[in-house]
Amino acid sequence: MHTPDTDRTDTNRTDRTNRTERTDRTERTDRTDRSNRTATHAGGSGPVALPDGGTDREPPSGIRSPRDADALERLIERNPSRLGVGRAGPRPTTETLLRFRQDHGLARDAVLTMVDPALIDDLDLVTVRTLVTEKDEYLARPDLGREISEETATSLREQCRVGPQIQVIASDGLSSTAIETNLPDLLPALMDGLAAHDLDVGTPIFVEFGRVDVMDAIGEELEADCCVILIGERPGLGSADSLSAYMVYGPERGAPTAKKSVISNIHAGGLPPVEAGATIADRIAEMCEHQASGLELTEDDREFQK
Amino acid sequence: MSTPITDAEPPHRFDSIREVLAKASEEKTGDQLAGVAADSEAERVAAKRALSATTLETLREHPVVPYEDDEVTRVIQDAVREPVYDRIGDWTVADLREFLVDERTTERDIRAIRPGLTSEMIAAVTKIMSNMDLVLATSKMEVTARCNGTVGGEGTLAFRLQPNDPADDVEHIIDATREGLAYGVGDAVIGVNPVEDGVGTVTDILEATHEFIEEWGVPTQNCCLAHVTTQMEAIREGAPADLVFQSLAGTAAGNDEFGVDVDLLDTAHDLAKRRCTSSGPNVMYFETGQGAELSGDAHEGVDQLTLEARCYGLAKRYDPFLVNTVVGFIGPEYLYDGRQVIRAGLEDVFMGQLHGISMGIDACYTNHIQADQNDIENLAVLLAAAGANFFITVPMGDDVMLNYQSNSYHDAAALRQIFDLDPAPEFHEWLERMGVWRDGKLTAQAGDPTIFT
Repeated sequence: MHTPDTDRTDTNRTDRTNRTERTDRTERTDRTDRSNRTATHAGGSGPVALPDGGTDREPPSGIRSPRDADALERLIERNPSRLGVGRAGPRPTTETLLRFRQDHGLARDAVLTMVDPALIDDLDLVTVRTLVTEKDEYLARPDLGREISEETATSLREQCRVGPQIQVIASDGLSSTAIETNLPDLLPALMDGLAAHDLDVGTPIFVEFGRVDVMDAIGEELEADCCVILIGERPGLGSADSLSAYMVYGPERGAPTAKKSVISNIHAGGLPPVEAGATIADRIAEMCEHQASGLELTEDDREFQK
Repeated sequence: MSTPITDAEPPHRFDSIREVLAKASEEKTGDQLAGVAADSEAERVAAKRALSATTLETLREHPVVPYEDDEVTRVIQDAVREPVYDRIGDWTVADLREFLVDERTTERDIRAIRPGLTSEMIAAVTKIMSNMDLVLATSKMEVTARCNGTVGGEGTLAFRLQPNDPADDVEHIIDATREGLAYGVGDAVIGVNPVEDGVGTVTDILEATHEFIEEWGVPTQNCCLAHVTTQMEAIREGAPADLVFQSLAGTAAGNDEFGVDVDLLDTAHDLAKRRCTSSGPNVMYFETGQGAELSGDAHEGVDQLTLEARCYGLAKRYDPFLVNTVVGFIGPEYLYDGRQVIRAGLEDVFMGQLHGISMGIDACYTNHIQADQNDIENLAVLLAAAGANFFITVPMGDDVMLNYQSNSYHDAAALRQIFDLDPAPEFHEWLERMGVWRDGKLTAQAGDPTIFT
């Protein structure tokens, strides 16, 4: 079974990792504050010159005398997996180990941090929150991330236009990094694309602690014909910035998975955000034309639902 | 002086076996999400106490999903050997726990009662056992299985080599296979999860791994973990598969979500026995994991541990070569953090072995769960001590296709060294011949994938 929801991970095999990006992300490590590091001889309180914590080096193969050095180089070069890493006894080399921890750290940060509120302000989005109150609860209770309170619904009806053709929603989902990286390019491209199709678009909303199906609740409250939610996907070890767009025609609470359409793998190394904006707009126009979404709409989605 | 605070507690009442089983479970987010968990620690302990005094007969007579409604229940109940059951029916769950941990109880004693147990009885005793109880009891049990190689023998520890690739590129898959073999990994199976569940892809992967195994004379077995029907079609068209794989659930409704039922599995098993390229006799491979039923809304109000036990009851019907739980894959709404993952991993391997199936584990985590590599290294150490039959391993612990982390090829070598365990016997001999493994350790040239080019 395949459900288009970021909390469902059991068969998510489409979010392909682009391992070539790994070296770009190593810059992040340099941002960490090293000013508090201490020297032991000065009672642990004095400053000391420590090696740079950055890791812009290429990972060494870790294999000192390979049987076939050329074959080893080719094998490392062509593979997305961490191959030819070598070893220190039966353990990984220190460099390999720390590189792994660094990639996991980036993924964890993407899951656990909130989207910068300044970015939401810049994009002029109305911000609301689901029934979730904090990240731990978000992870443990997907049901709460799909619903909004009555007060939130009332406030949405006051702040947003009711009865639009298209309601656009963005949400942090499982990766704040995905939103921060992609939304500034994706949202304007999507709005332009929808305008080009002469579609009537409501007030864009940002939802904190949202799951995919929160678009059903919001769409129902705002009486939209069609909803799209741009949401951060569960980060992979090498790619924390992948975002997906889920869409439904005729949003209502409890709308089945089969009614949802999806465009996934939106990030610089996959479907670039500007391009994605146009692709999503085209798909929404198609949904409006046929007054259908998900299984009812395309063969692609039929494959996706399997 | 201490005050007996238990006297001040209000009495807890439980209305059904299903309820007492659910509430006796250690804390898990999946049971909370399903609304079946204990409301407090006091209630949890009260449920454990009530369960410990329950007889095996009561558990036999009250399966968590009715016999008439569910074919998994029927498979489990119909497999019970009645004279053996008659001997232990009046034991309480506490009696069973104390039997399992008793120093006089041997592997043979456990084997003698095994045919009288149902999955519910095994789930029940698990719920009143501590982590060390589970390790101790698991360490007594030896379940061997044979395909081309043999897993589960005393003093051995096997590993699945999982060379997944996000593009199903067979060259990449063989590269990752070379790397794993260079660390002594691959005796349990060279098992590939395909991205595309199609006969063409499955055939390509089976052919590539089969040819490599033949070329290097590796005493192991290949498997492509597509849906069982896809594998069956590929095999009927001549694809070389040593094992047939399928994911299982603990209810008929859960299996329906996976697109299988007992009839289909029977057919697959029959086909595997006739058409697999391996020598057997054990030719099936199953994966399971706590929470799978709830994620498909097929849990029938039953807790996830009990449903997991029922998966093993179903698996047993097919004399599998390998069964493993994929313990941290499903997400924090089922197993929240490292603590819950470790507990579930110990429970699952214990329950599998007590069922008498060849049990291993994919000790793993996704990036949205509160766990990291240290947690699964801990779990691997505990389960190597317990005597699990095998672990899943991927290059540097990073599966770039399924996007999660598991144990690494390095972990395999380290676990064998720490616990002085050998690879599976046929594979062990081959590794020494290839110059990868000697005197219980990796050789100087080990770790170099170009040995196999």
